[in-house]
Amino acid sequence: MANTNRPLSPHLQVYRPQLTSMLSILHRGTGVALAGGLILMLWWLVALASGPEYYDYVMGIAGSIIGRLVMLGFTWALFFHLCNGLRHLYWDAGWGFEIASVYRSGYMVVIGATVLTVLAWIAAYGWGG
Amino acid sequence: MVEFNLPANSRIKSNGKTWPKVGDGSNTKKFKIYRYDPDSGENPRVDTYEVDLDDCGPMILDALIRIKDEVDPTLTFRRSCREGICGSCAMNIDGTNTLACTKGIQEVKGDVKIYPLPHLEVIKDLVGDLTHFYAQYASIEPWMQTKTPAPPDRERLQDRDDRVKIDGLYECILCACCATSCPSYWWNGDRYLGPAVLLQAYRWVIDSRDEATGDRLDKLEDPFKLYRCHTIMNCARTCPKGLNPGRAIAELKKMMVERKL
Repeated sequence: MANTNRPLSPHLQVYRPQLTSMLSILHRGTGVALAGGLILMLWWLVALASGPEYYDYVMGIAGSIIGRLVMLGFTWALFFHLCNGLRHLYWDAGWGFEIASVYRSGYMVVIGATVLTVLAWIAAYGWGG
Repeated sequence: MVEFNLPANSRIKSNGKTWPKVGDGSNTKKFKIYRYDPDSGENPRVDTYEVDLDDCGPMILDALIRIKDEVDPTLTFRRSCREGICGSCAMNIDGTNTLACTKGIQEVKGDVKIYPLPHLEVIKDLVGDLTHFYAQYASIEPWMQTKTPAPPDRERLQDRDDRVKIDGLYECILCACCATSCPSYWWNGDRYLGPAVLLQAYRWVIDSRDEATGDRLDKLEDPFKLYRCHTIMNCARTCPKGLNPGRAIAELKKMMVERKL
């Protein structure tokens, strides 16, 4: 009786991308990126312990355009994950579930992460360059 | 299991038909509708229909019924009350899940794309198999459970404050729009109960007349049944009744923690 060849209805293929699901997948994505970034930070620490020659080599890579872009991405991922993590804590306390509120906090998280990233880089260039 | 692509038998083939227009006027709108015919066993396709809006009711369901009546009697979909209370005509319209009977045709810009509720086995056209969804609903034992004997001379009463607690919950019509909008339910629907069933579970948990609260919470204490909710909030975004399953689930999670303190 059961038709075992029934197709699965389309899901990701047809569902409209919206802030709710996009920020959720971004939270997971930035979490993975941060774990990857931690390996790069570890590499930097190893370089620090390996003597001036290797440290200069790693700092050369980190200071290149691509290195700086990766660090910029890492900073934004860090601040986004942090801000959205606070948003999750807020939810876990039972607050902010109205859809209007979900959208407001969603935009706040994206803007907040961007502002914090810019501030962090201004501070970094101010101190170090 | 996370499976981003559709299985080979589910991919939409590009051999969709274009059907003759419904009505004579020129104020028309195109409807692109998912079709799957279990008798042919061929892959699904998307057919194009054209409906004269001046000769059709205002809702998506009106257009579907006109199409079925006048050009294509094989088009298959569930419908019953046509006023948003039975939940039968839940489908994916213009990218989000809603009821065809309460969604206005004019709300959709451009062509109206209609698919069955996402990530279900398709029985035919817009009819998805909800057997598993209903079995999950049955698993939460959605009826009042009591240990104390009922008062001999009257109903079990509830004061106003307690009655208010089930507002926003009892209105759920189990249309499955929220469950099938939830990515977590797509990937883990075999064990995760999903937003609709959890909202219903909460409806009984906070009903002051129900006396099985502890047992109900015990049954939800499971890594999958409840805790696959990651507060994505597609559920509340899509609910055609304006309810908030995400908040109900958060309240359940809070109760889980609070009863251990």
